[in-house]
Amino acid sequence: MMIRISDITKSYKGVKAVDGLSLAVGDGELFSLLGVNGAGKTTTIKTMCCLCPFDSGSVEIGGFDVVKQPEKVKELIGVSPQETAVARNLSVYENLVLMGGVHGFSKEKSKNIAEEMISKFNLSKFRDMQAKKLSGGWQRRLSIAMALVSDPKVLFLDEPTLGLDVIARSELWDVIRELKGKVTIILTTHYLEEAESLSDRVGIMRDGKLLFCGKCDELVSGTGAKSFEDAFVKTVKEGKGE
Amino acid sequence: MKMTAFSSRVAKEIIRDPLSLIFGLCFPVVLLLLLSAINANVPVNVFDIEKLTPGIAVFGYSFLTLFSAQLVSGDRCSAMLIRLFTAPMSAADFILGYMLPLFPMAVVQSIVCFGTAMLLGLEPSVNIVFAVLLLLPSALFFIGLGVLCGTFLSEKAVGGLCGALLTNLTAFASGAWFDLSLVGSAFRKICELLPFAHSVYIGRNALSGNFADIFPDMYYVLGYMLAAMIFAVIAFMRKMKEA
Repeated sequence: MMIRISDITKSYKGVKAVDGLSLAVGDGELFSLLGVNGAGKTTTIKTMCCLCPFDSGSVEIGGFDVVKQPEKVKELIGVSPQETAVARNLSVYENLVLMGGVHGFSKEKSKNIAEEMISKFNLSKFRDMQAKKLSGGWQRRLSIAMALVSDPKVLFLDEPTLGLDVIARSELWDVIRELKGKVTIILTTHYLEEAESLSDRVGIMRDGKLLFCGKCDELVSGTGAKSFEDAFVKTVKEGKGE
Repeated sequence: MKMTAFSSRVAKEIIRDPLSLIFGLCFPVVLLLLLSAINANVPVNVFDIEKLTPGIAVFGYSFLTLFSAQLVSGDRCSAMLIRLFTAPMSAADFILGYMLPLFPMAVVQSIVCFGTAMLLGLEPSVNIVFAVLLLLPSALFFIGLGVLCGTFLSEKAVGGLCGALLTNLTAFASGAWFDLSLVGSAFRKICELLPFAHSVYIGRNALSGNFADIFPDMYYVLGYMLAAMIFAVIAFMRKMKEA
């Protein structure tokens, strides 16, 4: 297993954001974490990215403990945060080179990877354009490319298509599909059709608890619902864990 | 390597922001020109260039707080910092990466300020070089304060607190262009609890060659500088632990 979360709990001022969550994600799997706002998805992702100390339990990425070996974990992960986290005054190329640099790559290696990413993500026509001048869709594309510069084993995509139009979203789905199987992906999204279309498995959270973990069709058949969306709504409303 | 890459990015962000150049370099120069023009047109010597120049140089540094706070706060609010926190960078990589590019900017600011002053009649002397060097701890104080503010404040709050409040505080509490005693001894005492006036005194004493007189002002400035740096480092490290 690439990711192993064992019974983690995290509270903020007495309120449990994550409550006894356990989860395992396999190598190359695309796992979507679903839930309404405040369900605990972002906190769960932050614990996996060494960004949020938790109260109890353990999290391992690639066999490394996120608390005891954060440096090792950080070498394995790439993150594309919910907001388009790009250096606004830097060009597309410079943003990509920057990510190589902060991962400790030589200038030459960073430049080569930047060119490779530009080609892979069809960013050539925007190569020297400042990131702030890109459209939302292209900024998201750049954001994912930046997360991949370090050749991570695990990629975290936090609502990657939020606010994008249908075409931009579809294009980004193609990008994510290209990555499937090559890298373990943890995706959070509010778009259920996105989760259904892209995921190998999904996890549904509410009040910090994991209510369901499995394949989309298992969720639909298990709840007796007509569609994935109905099954999701039913699961969250009933709020019963597995 | 990681720190160099990060500081190079910070430098590019500063240089490509026209406001940095306008406020950091042009505004102090305009102020110097304006006050010198006033001085030339009134019968009494209100704004002596030897006294005015170090004050304007220190005032210019207050914009370094704004720049550094804007950078850190902007990275925090845009989640760029979250992305960077997941890279294998140390706290030292981050803090030095933010601060180092602002240091040469402080030197350039001082050179431009003293260079303009020479065109306006400041007598060229080696003391100008010493004044620039001895003002650098003040620049570090302003940069550290910016990182500290940027770690806590939103971009909007940074604009208000570091942009409006701090620049005005520096202007009025430093005695850059008026004698603090003119407002009253109580005002002067309050101002001298802060580092701004002491920074100006250091610059003036260095410029006039009274190097023995830079103390105890230098102690105040070094104390504030260390406090700003230490608090900035602690605050940033705490932010790194729980982003």
